[in-house]
Amino acid sequence: MMHTDTAPPGTAAPVFFATDEEGHHSEGSTMLGFWLYLMSDCLIFATLFATYGVLGRNYAAGPSQKDLFDLTGIAVNTAMLLFSSITYGFAMLEMDKDNQRRTQLWLAVTGLFGVAFVALEIREFVHLFHEGAPPWRSAFLSSFYTLVSTHGLHVSFGILWLVTLMIQVQKYGLVAANKRRLMCLSMFWHFLDLIWIGVFTVVYLIGVLE
Amino acid sequence: MSADATHAHGAPDHGPAHTEGGHGSVKAYVTGFVLSVILTVIPFWLVMGNTLDNSLVTTLVVLVLGGVQMVVHLVYFLHMNTKSEGGWTFMAMIFTVTLVAILLSGSVWVMYHMNRNMMPAAHHELLQKMR
Amino acid sequence: MFDNVNLQQLIFGRFTLDQIPYHEPILIGTFAGVAVVGLAVLATITYFRFWGPLWRDWVTSIDHKKIGIMYCIFALIMLLRGFADALMMRAQQSVAFGDQQGFLPPHHYDQIFTAHGMIMIFFVAMPFVTGLMNFAVPLQIGARDVAFPFLNNFSFWMTVSGGMLVMVSLFVGEFSRATWLAYPPLSGAAMSPGVGVDYYIWALQIAGVGTTLSGINLIATIVKMRAPGLTMMKLPIFVWSSLCTNILIVAAFPILTAVLVLLSLDRYLGMHFFTNDLGGNSMLYFNLIWIWGHPEVYILILPAFGVFSEITSTFCGKRLFGYTSMVYALVVITILAYLVWLHHFFTMGSGADVNSFFGITTMIISIPTGAKIFNWMFTMYRGRIRFEVPMMWVVAFIVTFVIGGMTGVLLAVPPADFVLHNSLFLIAHFHNVIIGGVLFGMFAGVTFWFPKAFGFKLDEFWGKMSLGFWVTGFYVAFMPLYVLGLMGVTRRMQHFDDPSLQPWFMVAAFGAVLIACGIGSQIMMFVVSIRRREELRDLTGDPWGGRTLEWSTSSPPPDYNFAFTPVVHDSDAWWDMKARGFSRPTGGYRPIHMPKNTAAGAILAALSFICGFAMVWYIWWLAALSFVALIVTAIVHTFNYDREYYIPAETVSREEAKRMRELELA
Repeated sequence: MMHTDTAPPGTAAPVFFATDEEGHHSEGSTMLGFWLYLMSDCLIFATLFATYGVLGRNYAAGPSQKDLFDLTGIAVNTAMLLFSSITYGFAMLEMDKDNQRRTQLWLAVTGLFGVAFVALEIREFVHLFHEGAPPWRSAFLSSFYTLVSTHGLHVSFGILWLVTLMIQVQKYGLVAANKRRLMCLSMFWHFLDLIWIGVFTVVYLIGVLE
Repeated sequence: MSADATHAHGAPDHGPAHTEGGHGSVKAYVTGFVLSVILTVIPFWLVMGNTLDNSLVTTLVVLVLGGVQMVVHLVYFLHMNTKSEGGWTFMAMIFTVTLVAILLSGSVWVMYHMNRNMMPAAHHELLQKMR
Repeated sequence: MFDNVNLQQLIFGRFTLDQIPYHEPILIGTFAGVAVVGLAVLATITYFRFWGPLWRDWVTSIDHKKIGIMYCIFALIMLLRGFADALMMRAQQSVAFGDQQGFLPPHHYDQIFTAHGMIMIFFVAMPFVTGLMNFAVPLQIGARDVAFPFLNNFSFWMTVSGGMLVMVSLFVGEFSRATWLAYPPLSGAAMSPGVGVDYYIWALQIAGVGTTLSGINLIATIVKMRAPGLTMMKLPIFVWSSLCTNILIVAAFPILTAVLVLLSLDRYLGMHFFTNDLGGNSMLYFNLIWIWGHPEVYILILPAFGVFSEITSTFCGKRLFGYTSMVYALVVITILAYLVWLHHFFTMGSGADVNSFFGITTMIISIPTGAKIFNWMFTMYRGRIRFEVPMMWVVAFIVTFVIGGMTGVLLAVPPADFVLHNSLFLIAHFHNVIIGGVLFGMFAGVTFWFPKAFGFKLDEFWGKMSLGFWVTGFYVAFMPLYVLGLMGVTRRMQHFDDPSLQPWFMVAAFGAVLIACGIGSQIMMFVVSIRRREELRDLTGDPWGGRTLEWSTSSPPPDYNFAFTPVVHDSDAWWDMKARGFSRPTGGYRPIHMPKNTAAGAILAALSFICGFAMVWYIWWLAALSFVALIVTAIVHTFNYDREYYIPAETVSREEAKRMRELELA
């Protein structure tokens, strides 16, 4: 780099223009930008957690967590998501090695775990409806369904994104743009697993206590 | 002129595709996974088996373990470190965590007081007490 | 016949032809006016064959300068709508006493004050600050554009889309009557079953997406795209205030989004977050929405503080006094903004402990702002002050804002607030700080940066006229409201029983008329300036003797901003360059990598508008269709990898040569 920094005036004239550099590319900002988006998403979830925290015991003489939750099922769900996190991690390692076929393989496995998670969650909701516990039964149920399905919708959207990316990788290969996108999805995916820790802890485990 | 025009105008050679830490290794992911499993099984076991027989303590333990597992995820899966993006990702996270803490504790504190002072059942109880 | 009714509901939702307000003369008149003006605009565009350039150079532009200008134009247009609401309220409140009911029944009046507040905050103040930040920040840090230019375009059109949804509610259906914050249970399904609150919700959700993304964009820009040598503590203060503002945006708007979702779930699916039954708690809404609401007001004011810092140092010919403390003040305000929210509902009943905590934090947060005021005054002290129009706005701001701040600290005392909450004193306070702080700052910023954006200055006479009318108009309109508030008069009243209040209201109404003259003067200012633009032309690119990098470019700057990225050695980088006798490179230009224009942002925003409109009217098939179209369009857009191009070196050469010629002529 040609420029000198803080040369005292009077000495060799300081350089005021970077004549030999290409300058900054916006691609360099994608990781930070996506991280900032995740922080904003964190706040959406925090609001929903706060709502659940305030309204989570307002049963309106209706069913409570203890009446409704099947912790074994939730354990299975948690496992699905945790496995999907590590399989995505493996996909990223293969991506780093530029191994397109293996990357796609691990992505597909991740997607399947994700689908399993969402399917199990939908099954749980259907069951709850049949038990007379729809979201409009009480404030507890409203806040429960909203928090959990916001997470589930994020996972669903992540699956859609994953499928789109698999198509794009198939079409264009592991070019820099696709790698960037895969890394963003990676952050998104792990973030969702992190939020799920909050969900199963606060909503399900602590919910059935007392 | 750049040959970049042929492939997607991705990163020329600044390598922004790779953060300074890279993406970890098999070992890191497996370690994170195993830790997460442990930190998940214990809370489930404590609650489902009513092992401690004390709701308050169980709640606290479960919360703490959940918090620890979140850190495990941040470090082993999200590769959180103080160096990436010149420290800005770490600072953004600290700021967000602080706000989340304020939002959660503030809301619970405020609403607890609001409910106690202003909700109809509360008045009823107050009247009962005054008798 | 039963079948027919079902079919109509299936296709049109709850929309029926009698939802169009044929019988409201004011609305019919407004519609006629809008139609006439709208047709005139369309005709003018057609006459000047401007459709092509409009689409190519503006609608699809990803250039931060153009987007910034469009934000400001949008804000000014919405200011006319919001101000029309204000005039109507002042008129109603100056005549409706005793037997006189005035000309606005409560049903209509309530929509007006709801629309006034909502439009002014979300579609005037926010786009205004976003526009100025968009325009100035990349130039000030020596960058070519923001970090995510396409997202920038998308954000702008989403804001416009939300605004259009509000405007449509004038003529199709009605607007919300539940105040600018849509408090439940009034805003819930039981008490507001109509379309009004739904219009409100969807307009804000759509615009909110734009705002949040814009926040992410500008943070990434400031963090990642600074010119070499531009360390954080050499940043222009406007950039620092933009950074803090956008941090507030990213950290606050998600809360608003979530709360409005909860309200929507109550309204659409009968859930019980904020209802009076089955466990709902409407106080929770107040709590959550003000956790957003307080940072929001700092989002509005911090950019104005930044503008004042730039203008003060420029027009006093001095480095800003106390740069470091200014930065610390901004950061402290950013953090403390999240610790004061309950002062907006001291009277809701949380009790003395909670109230005291928040009262104290509220008083503390006034301190960093006070430090900033002192710094501005110390910058002026012993400076060579040039009282041009921007600097006059600064002086008006300092006096006016300090008064507003003081009444704020007064309200921060919970026992005082118990008397003054939701009185006209509160109204006077927040208009004091928003008009005196935010609006004056925006007007100052426009006057300051207009020559940079368009190449000619604004007419000085009409600038001073607008300032004179605005400042006096503000005091005449709002000082009586302080008095009335102390006398116990409540806000949002369509009618009063006590005729002794009338004189005060008439004075306030006169103040509104003065402000109207101020707005009229501003319109004159723009018209006259455009007509006189050759006389007002600035060829130097630096008409004020600026201190920061935007003034090193031509006016307007070329698309690429800088042929060569500047290298920074000191704060007030341009001043430093001038002082040390820099020489501009005259050759060796290289092709410049730039993002391509795109229609995707406008299309996505249009689809969002349709989706929002369909949700308001329960036209489910249209909502689903447009939502799917949104997802598909977004996905298809991601398949476009060809988003950039190079500006050839010859083009750069020609631009720079043209610049050299202008400098010689200047």
